[in-house]
Amino acid sequence: MDIGTLQAYAYFGFTAFLVVVLYSYIYHLYSAQKKGTRDYEKYGNIALNDEITDQPIEAISKNDEIK
Amino acid sequence: MENRPLEYDYTVAKWFMLVTVVLGIVGMLVGVILAWQMAFPGVNLMLGEGLAEYTNFSRLRPLHTDSVIFGFTLSGIWATWYYVGQRVLKVSMAESKFLMFLAKLHFFVYLLVVVAVVGTLLLGISTGKEYADFEWPIDIAVVVVWVLWGMGLFGLIGIRREKSLYISIWYYIATFLGIAMLYLFNNMEIPTYFASGGIGNWYHSVSMYSGTNDALVQWWYGHNAVAFGFTVPIVAMIYYFLPKESGQAVYSYKLSLLAFWGLMFVYLWAGGHHLIYSTVPDWMQTMGSVFSVVLILPSWGSAINMLLTMKGEWQQVAASPLIKFMILASTFYMFSTLEGPIQAIKSVNALAHFTDWIVGHVHDGVLGWVAFMIMAALFHMAPRVYKREIYSKSLMNTQFWVQTLGVVLYFTSMWIAGITQGMMWRAHDEFGNLAYSFIDTVAVLHPYFTIRAVGGTLYLVGMFLFAYNMYKTMTSARRVEESELQNASPMGA
Ligand code: HEM
Repeated sequence: MDIGTLQAYAYFGFTAFLVVVLYSYIYHLYSAQKKGTRDYEKYGNIALNDEITDQPIEAISKNDEIK
Repeated sequence: MENRPLEYDYTVAKWFMLVTVVLGIVGMLVGVILAWQMAFPGVNLMLGEGLAEYTNFSRLRPLHTDSVIFGFTLSGIWATWYYVGQRVLKVSMAESKFLMFLAKLHFFVYLLVVVAVVGTLLLGISTGKEYADFEWPIDIAVVVVWVLWGMGLFGLIGIRREKSLYISIWYYIATFLGIAMLYLFNNMEIPTYFASGGIGNWYHSVSMYSGTNDALVQWWYGHNAVAFGFTVPIVAMIYYFLPKESGQAVYSYKLSLLAFWGLMFVYLWAGGHHLIYSTVPDWMQTMGSVFSVVLILPSWGSAINMLLTMKGEWQQVAASPLIKFMILASTFYMFSTLEGPIQAIKSVNALAHFTDWIVGHVHDGVLGWVAFMIMAALFHMAPRVYKREIYSKSLMNTQFWVQTLGVVLYFTSMWIAGITQGMMWRAHDEFGNLAYSFIDTVAVLHPYFTIRAVGGTLYLVGMFLFAYNMYKTMTSARRVEESELQNASPMGA
């Protein structure tokens, strides 16, 4: 096998791998939402409640946490 | 020390807004001149024979592309970054003197680069690589600007209160990383003066790549400059401004994440579609084609997400010119991301390549999507940064319709021109002799070039309306209270 053929196989394999990763990610997103482990949709509110005085949707430090 | 409540600090956002408007007008004015030149070559001499060097098409064309891309669009991106970034991270620039200093430095070094670019391009100093026209000293300054922005970007993310990065932030990060990588690789160049021990001008350089390699790197760059300059950051804007202005959270946050990774994955491989039927390996051309077609999916993922965000709220489109701008922008996004893949199919490309259809495609994307979205973003920001309502709603509506008409005239005329051109170039008689010479096509295209110039002029008129409206908003519109700034932007009659 010359280097060109090798590259082509590697390229194909890598693409297939990334496709699998992408689809697993989709599966993860929707199943996590369904099982209730993580609510992704609430992050949409980050754009709406964006005054500096608003509570963060998910705070970094405990002080800013929604009580 | 006085104890004022913490507020977002929009100083740098305001500066960039101003530059966006000014460079938008400059860049599009040059575009309009080019368009009239193509219809009426006499315009090349509009300032007389003596100054023809500075007014001819070839001197002005790079000035157009660079000032609308690296001037208007980039400063629009930064204006929104210095606004959206703070808000969705819930941290004010005022909280860090260092970040504020970086941001101001970013702005001023960028202004210097703008002056240098306009000056050198007018003088005809250029590397001759499309969208990478700047000579090496300017390239170095560009890298400094980029690094300053990057430090500010990651610095602000570092001190945020909101743990999760809103989807727009992902897109801004991708813009930063994408362009950094592309720009560095494509602009690798050798300063001839230093390499040769003192021959020629000190600022002159030649690319490190040549031949087919140069073409490959150039279009990997060129196409992805569209990706990371015209798509990714504009998507960042619409994901923030449309939900905010309409008061509707994005329809599906999961879809937005998915479309993001899809776009990142697919876009980088599509550049080969610029080199179909050229001397690059056939498999690369095929790959470019295939990935271009696949690219419809993540592009439409975002666009449909935006349209669905308006579900049940379509009366807002009729009521608010600002929402109109954004909905039209996402519609044009869908439109040009369908058109592009069609042009990337090999057999279609054989007809379309080198014709005006490509120019039509570029401009339905940039005028309908990029510029509309940037203007909508600025309109939304204006009342919040100047604490005044948008000066005139009716002026906005007028601008919307004038510019929409302009875009439609632009791309329809270029479609007809492009396909006519393509057909005439390939037509031949029974012995295989070409049926037409080049000048035959030029004569046939004249009316369409004129229509394009009219369309472009209308768009430019809209830009002046926009600038006037922004100026009045800044200086004399009614002052508004914080409570009026929740969602829909306040507008005067
Ligand atoms: C009033 C608005 C505008 C007019 C009248 C206009 C006109 C033109 C003209 C006449 C050309 C040269 C086409 C050729 O060489 O055949 C051109 C090229 C180009 N313009 Fe514009 N333009 C406008 C706005 C914009 C904007 C806002 C952008 C981007 C943000 C843009 C990006 C480009 C690009 C990338 C090219 C190169 C296209 C290619 O090589 O295929 N233009 N424009």
